[in-house]
Amino acid sequence: MTPINPTIPLLILALPLTMFLVLGLLGPKMSHKAAGWLGVCGMGTVLILSYFTAFTYFFSGNEAFTDGVNRLQYIVFNQDWLQFYDKLVIRIGFLLDPISAMMLVVIPTISFCVHLYSMGYMEGERGFQRYYAFLQLFSFSMLGLVVATNIFQMYIFWELVGASSFLLIGFYYQRHSAVSASKKAFIVTRFADLGFLIGILVLSYYTGTFNFTELTSAATANGSYAISETTAFSAFSSFGGATFMGCSLFSWALVLIFMGGMGKSAMMPLHIWLPDAMEGPTPVSALIHAATMVVAGVYLVARLFPLFLLDDFSALTFVTVVGAITAFYAAVVACTQVDIKRVLAFSTISQIAFMMVALGVARPDIHHGMGYMASMFHLFTHAMFKALLFLGAGALIHAVHSNDYTAMGGLRKYMPITHITFLIGCLAIAGIPPFSGFFSKDEILTAAYENSFFWGAWMSMVAALTAFYMFRLYYMIFWWNEPDYSAHHHKPHDAPWVMTAPLVFLAAVSCVAGFIPFGHLVTWNGAPYTIHLDWSVAIPSVIIAVCAIALATFMYKKENPLPDRVAKATGKLWTAAYNRFYWDEIYLFITHKIIFNCICRPIAWFDRHIIDGTMDGFAWVAQRLSIAIRPLQSGNVQYYVWVYISGALLLGVVTAFFMI
Amino acid sequence: MEILFVVVALAIIIFSVLTVTARRILRSATYLLFTLFATAIVYFMMDYEFLGAVQIAVYAGGIVVLFVFSILLTSRPGEAGERLESRRRGLGILTAAAVAAVFGWVLISRCSQLLVPQPETGFYTMQQLGADMLSTSRGGYMLPFEAVSVLLLACIIGGVVVARRR
Amino acid sequence: MEIKLLYYLIPSLIMFCCGVYGFLTRKNMIAILISLELMLNSIDINFVVFNRYLYPDGHEGMFFTLFAIAIAAAETALAIAIIINLYRATKNIDVRDTNKLKG
Repeated sequence: MTPINPTIPLLILALPLTMFLVLGLLGPKMSHKAAGWLGVCGMGTVLILSYFTAFTYFFSGNEAFTDGVNRLQYIVFNQDWLQFYDKLVIRIGFLLDPISAMMLVVIPTISFCVHLYSMGYMEGERGFQRYYAFLQLFSFSMLGLVVATNIFQMYIFWELVGASSFLLIGFYYQRHSAVSASKKAFIVTRFADLGFLIGILVLSYYTGTFNFTELTSAATANGSYAISETTAFSAFSSFGGATFMGCSLFSWALVLIFMGGMGKSAMMPLHIWLPDAMEGPTPVSALIHAATMVVAGVYLVARLFPLFLLDDFSALTFVTVVGAITAFYAAVVACTQVDIKRVLAFSTISQIAFMMVALGVARPDIHHGMGYMASMFHLFTHAMFKALLFLGAGALIHAVHSNDYTAMGGLRKYMPITHITFLIGCLAIAGIPPFSGFFSKDEILTAAYENSFFWGAWMSMVAALTAFYMFRLYYMIFWWNEPDYSAHHHKPHDAPWVMTAPLVFLAAVSCVAGFIPFGHLVTWNGAPYTIHLDWSVAIPSVIIAVCAIALATFMYKKENPLPDRVAKATGKLWTAAYNRFYWDEIYLFITHKIIFNCICRPIAWFDRHIIDGTMDGFAWVAQRLSIAIRPLQSGNVQYYVWVYISGALLLGVVTAFFMI
Repeated sequence: MEILFVVVALAIIIFSVLTVTARRILRSATYLLFTLFATAIVYFMMDYEFLGAVQIAVYAGGIVVLFVFSILLTSRPGEAGERLESRRRGLGILTAAAVAAVFGWVLISRCSQLLVPQPETGFYTMQQLGADMLSTSRGGYMLPFEAVSVLLLACIIGGVVVARRR
Repeated sequence: MEIKLLYYLIPSLIMFCCGVYGFLTRKNMIAILISLELMLNSIDINFVVFNRYLYPDGHEGMFFTLFAIAIAAAETALAIAIIINLYRATKNIDVRDTNKLKG
């Protein structure tokens, strides 16, 4: 008996794709309501099927999924897609293992919430059907990415999520800023994906395979696969210690692959596209730029984790350093922003960096690779509460028609549901028990402390900043002083049920998700262990978070001049943080001043004058020549025939002369 | 036979010259008709009766009639024949003479090979001709036959399209 | 006297030259067409005569002529259709006046 009917996983992929085609091709003929509900129902079906699949994987106890102790990887189907020759085959398949099953819960949940929420948020927008079609396309690509059986399939879907993200960021294509933001996101992530592709090529050149199961796992007796350090080591040794520029080529391959993850997950220095991506509709930000797509980089590292463990952890150290710097940078910037979506965007960057650090500090000999579990746990909880925060922000923007929190304040009286759910989100992200963020963040901090005290302390500091800026945001929106809402045609009020229902649902999940026994479900090699709260880490981190919240309360609860004084006192630092430490300017300087001026301009000159000049010269010669011979075309048929006969005669004479 | 040949050769020469020198175009067409008849007799002398018949039927019967019709359609009544400019005429004669000279020279220089008598052969029957025409083996002409049939079809359509009143 | 191959070629050659002369000198398009027919005809004679004298066992020349006649008929019909159309449009079929397509 097959452990799972392969039709169900196939449907999980096929349904969103079909919906994309249906909504994309027939959408303009439908009413907004019909298209929206069709999208919601389609996503709802996917949600049920995915839950069923994940539930079957985790809890059915089938021997294809677990050998009684450890969880196994199971390939539901794996179809040849492109066969170049017998060794180079690209397959499209469906791999079930702890992390993909977890993502099968996360993605449809958030996607369904966003689908439902958009019914209210996007009501009456132009291109409503197109929006839903793109959402479906994104869901399809993201699901295809997480269930990929081989790294090339992952790359294909990786590009597809990039493309759908591009389409959704640029959804308001009449707005100049949206267009340039989508372009920026596309170019930056494409640039990163170049590294990813090179990494894939290097890795598969030496190991001779694209398949994850052949890279990191060994087959078990009943056709499933188990994570195997021996296989990973043989992949490592197939490089034969090749080096490039003083580093082992193996590390290069992994770092290049990680570069793709840096682009998608907005790690420094490729983070610049994510804040601008907030130009897209807010539900899109919740789905793509907070919960699912941006964690693809984390997912990628987790997927290849057994490989990252080799080679003296140098690739993992790189991951840790990049993650730690990004986490701190983004947290500092988030403290100064005024656009609520940008605060959330930087908070997202910071939290993803948390996950990266957790992966980077994970070691199999410390607590069974607890960092890995913590990272996935945080991915799960973060997806829920960050989607909640974004959807809440969307409800606020919907109510006051502005992204800026100077236009908000005192909203707790007008929007009670939004207020409570947003508060739950803030508490979760700040790491206050018993909300979900506390548990996952605590695991990360524990893992970091166990790796080294430095990283632990560093991440604790970032956690404090997180609590501070989230409550700054919260107080600025819901307390502070109340601006004059009478200028609007109505007082701000809670959104319709299609928008509040997802908020309430996600808030509920954020309250209880921390109690999921993640250690039994998702670990790096499938071996379960029981999580113990490490009180020596948990208590200080809660105290730190509470202090940060108290500071935020002191500064921002009521209108007072203190924040301005702080801004003035820190002076340049505040301005720099407000301007995101001038990263965009640095990029502009490099592209405009150096690349455009010093490289492109001479090339353009060469093209315009030398190459075009040569071609123009040819054209000029041809033109002169044709003007010169034009009179020959007199239009007189008899003249033509005369010329013809003369020529023929001449030829005849010459031929005859040589033949006789 | 020899007498017949002399008559035919003279007819060809005389009527050809008359065809291109006649002022009135209708007369040109008539002389052309005689030239074509003479050619048909040449074919008969070569023992190709079918070819001679086709020559008379298609050329003399079809094309010349077509010429006559079109001449009557396009010439105004009472119009005098065209006059030739002497310069153009000189050029024409010169070119024609050059052609004659070149080919005449070739003929004379190959004189020995060309002074051969007509060999005796068996009679080429219509059955053989028909079989050859529709055969695909060596010496068969199925493909050109079909190609010509397509060409004629295209020509009919083309003629209709061109001549249709818009 | 026996009739030799060469004897047939001489009237054919003269016919061809007449065609060339007519083609170059006549103004009327139909006359030009008639000259063209003369040239074609002389070629046809050559084909048949060569076939008969030099390759008496095959019939390639005869068939070639047969197809040439068919094609000539087609070509003439089309040319005359064009000429009549031209006449309808311009009331003039002088070849020297129809040079609108010159470069």
